[in-house]
Amino acid sequence: MSSRNRELANLVLVAILGTAAFGSAWIGRHNTVSPRALVGVAIVAGIYVVAHLVTRFAVPLADPTLLPLAALLTAVGLTVNYRLDPADGRRQATWVALGVLAYAVILVALRFDYRILERYKYLFGVSAIVLLLLPSVPHLGTRVNGVRLWIRVGSYQFQPGEIAKIFLVLFLAGYLRDKREALAQGRLKDFGPLLAIWGAAMLVIVETNDLGSALLNFGIFLGMLYVATGRVSYVFAGLTLFLGGAAVLYTALARVQERVTIWLHPWTDVKVFCPVNGTFDYRQNCQSYQLVKSFYSIAHGGFGGTGISRGTFTTVDGIQLIPALNTDFIYSAIAQELGLIGASAVLLVFMVFVARGMRIALISQDGFSKLLAAGLTFGLALQTFIILGGVLRVMPLTGITMPFVSYGGSSILANFAVVALLLLVSQRAHAATGER
Amino acid sequence: MNRQIIRLSTVAMVLLTVLIAATTYWQTWARPALAERQDNAIQRVAQFSIQRGKIATSGRLLAANRKKIVDGRPLFFRRYPQGALTAHVVGYSTASRARTGLESSLNDFLTASNSRLSTIVDNSLNQFRGKPIKGNNVELTIDLAAQKVALDALGTQCGAVAAFDPRTGAVRVLASAPSFNPNAVENNFGSISRIKADCVPASPLVNRATAGLYPPGSTFKVVTTAAALESKKFTPDSLFTDPGYCIEYGKQVHNFADQNGPEVFGRIALKDALVHSVNSVFCNIGKALGARAILAQAKRFGFYAPPPLETPVGERTPSGLYSHRKLYDPRIDSNVDPGRLAFGQERMLVTPLQMVMVAGAIGNGGVLMQPYVVSRIVAPGGGTIQQTTPTSLGRAVSKNSATQISEMMLGVVQRGTGTAAAIPGYTVAGKTGTAETSVTGRNTTWFICFAGPNDGSPPTIAVAVVLEGQTRTGGVTAAPIARQVMQALLTSASNP
Repeated sequence: MSSRNRELANLVLVAILGTAAFGSAWIGRHNTVSPRALVGVAIVAGIYVVAHLVTRFAVPLADPTLLPLAALLTAVGLTVNYRLDPADGRRQATWVALGVLAYAVILVALRFDYRILERYKYLFGVSAIVLLLLPSVPHLGTRVNGVRLWIRVGSYQFQPGEIAKIFLVLFLAGYLRDKREALAQGRLKDFGPLLAIWGAAMLVIVETNDLGSALLNFGIFLGMLYVATGRVSYVFAGLTLFLGGAAVLYTALARVQERVTIWLHPWTDVKVFCPVNGTFDYRQNCQSYQLVKSFYSIAHGGFGGTGISRGTFTTVDGIQLIPALNTDFIYSAIAQELGLIGASAVLLVFMVFVARGMRIALISQDGFSKLLAAGLTFGLALQTFIILGGVLRVMPLTGITMPFVSYGGSSILANFAVVALLLLVSQRAHAATGER
Repeated sequence: MNRQIIRLSTVAMVLLTVLIAATTYWQTWARPALAERQDNAIQRVAQFSIQRGKIATSGRLLAANRKKIVDGRPLFFRRYPQGALTAHVVGYSTASRARTGLESSLNDFLTASNSRLSTIVDNSLNQFRGKPIKGNNVELTIDLAAQKVALDALGTQCGAVAAFDPRTGAVRVLASAPSFNPNAVENNFGSISRIKADCVPASPLVNRATAGLYPPGSTFKVVTTAAALESKKFTPDSLFTDPGYCIEYGKQVHNFADQNGPEVFGRIALKDALVHSVNSVFCNIGKALGARAILAQAKRFGFYAPPPLETPVGERTPSGLYSHRKLYDPRIDSNVDPGRLAFGQERMLVTPLQMVMVAGAIGNGGVLMQPYVVSRIVAPGGGTIQQTTPTSLGRAVSKNSATQISEMMLGVVQRGTGTAAAIPGYTVAGKTGTAETSVTGRNTTWFICFAGPNDGSPPTIAVAVVLEGQTRTGGVTAAPIARQVMQALLTSASNP
């Protein structure tokens, strides 16, 4: 079977799973069984049929699993978003359609040779830093929960950090391909641009308070630096620099301190000062309210989960218990309704995605392609770890999105761009080896 | 570069595996502890997705459910069709306040979270079908008509009525006044805190029948008489000389006084002393027996332990001597004034449920039956999960003593202080009580009794009535209420 036919078969499998999941959510909301439940499924399936046809046209030899895996994760995201708020579910479906459009544009535009991107590496590098700092420009950026993550143009919000991540990978792939031999020798003057990246990461933290994005981008940088040079010592040096910088910032920035305190002691037995309303209260009723409620949500799911649309996310009066449930905390909704089995299955899907992405990096021929594929894939894994690690109290919580699943337009667009780039690399690798 | 890429993949995989491990931690290891936490709102709300079992008594619903669709799924809120009538024994289950009554103590059955295999199978099937979990239904032994008679008779007075079948222990009436409307607990708790009655504070939420502590007054003489007869030192015909008082620690303790001063009976037998409730006689018996002998007899009636019932243990208070608000069991006789204890003063405090157990044991030939209010627990499908079988708590007094005390208590109603409780065509035996309180002129009044058909068959009902803040005696205030309740129960179709 050709790659594209296997992709189609995989997509049919995803459509069956998606129908079952979305059907449960629809029936749960409307309390009736009706073919109307299939309308939403049919629309999203149609979007993916278009995606498949474009893939068939632009990159016929590319990896047959990445698009279906992305489809499966967006199906989970759409179902949970619909279940939490049908209006959000519909908006998210629009974003998926736009994401597929971006995916199609990238595939078609770069179908002959994506390596022209390497020529613009410095443009990408500068753009990445500009995009990251954009939210801290007065009047343009908006603060959400004390973090400058968004820019607002008219009534339209956008999170430039998601796109910056891809630009950074493109820059690093080009730059490290050029300089990897020199860097591997360890001459000091070659480290100038790298120290500049570290400085930029610190600047981003100070300017935007956005720890998650800084950690993600710096992590991608270290990962790609290691792939390019093979020097573990660089990774340790980089980590030391980052942690050192973070330690300095810990004492300087109240927000960083707060995040660490919440992480270490989400519950208190005595009332402590609550900066939210200026009174004394237990921390679980104040700063860590959201995180603790999320723990309860995850724990309530247990082994098998409550079942889709049978979970508890509101009080008896219908008031939302967990703020930001459909973005930062979407995993605690998944974990409650799908249980340990379902949540682990979602994580396994991510693992398969990462395995396929890394495989593309392995089989591609040139350094730029290897670095690009490995960087994009590692970025996706690291982003998943940072947000879910925060939700699961493995590390301090920093608000970034869960790829493909969280509600949010910029995130969906960026991740479809990642899939498109990986498929382009895959196409080229398979074309070169003649392997299907 | 491939070696590095493989290592980087390994790092990525390890990171994702850590997430699976962390999820497993929260959903299995940490789960039970988190479910117990006070601020776990999810757990509290999730309870409302369960269709709680109904509570009913002889076909009349006491607790039912009101279905409300919230966020697209059904939630079940409690509704109490009988309102204030059975508020104390049934209790309430709301989102805003902790559960009380049977709603609290039987929560595992009402929410079907008990570990019985049939319940677990039912729950799994319902979950699979997407239907709400249905709790087990509970059937009570309460006689609603008699319960209403009791609560109406109490009126604005503060007090309680407890009644049970002395042959089985099945509780027929458990009324506490003032009562409250359990339907107002969730959204209109203010209306409950504003309830007024003849006592201050009115404390409508307290179940006075099982948790109210009162000085027993002369009703305790039944316990003293039992101790006297069981000791073999006294018989019903033992003679005493009553000068109108008895001497305690060199001071005179007077008999009950009316406007003519303390009553004086002169030469009097024990059996007549109980009929006329002569304090000096029991004072002397107490001094002869010692406090600990009387308390030992009291324990055989169930004192010094929370009275057994299915309601939460926190809503049942043990009867006994109290010192500094704590139950006090003296190790030596001289710590307690035996004379005053013998006629129910000292620091003796009792609950109505305890006193109905005393009357019931005498009426049942000396055998004390365990009170119970839950007759049956039924699965939503109809299968019986638990059926209460009458259980004996043991013999409180010998059959002979029980018969002798019964005779004396019959005398109380026929020709003594409790004539107001007599019901033509039925055998009624009882004992009055009028206990002085710290407020002069304000007494706690009692009537404890048992009754049955006058064909010589065993008594079918025992009743205890207590009233707070009375200016008159138990024979005038409490006995008529006891009579009304007995009448309702004796003529009730549900009382065979």
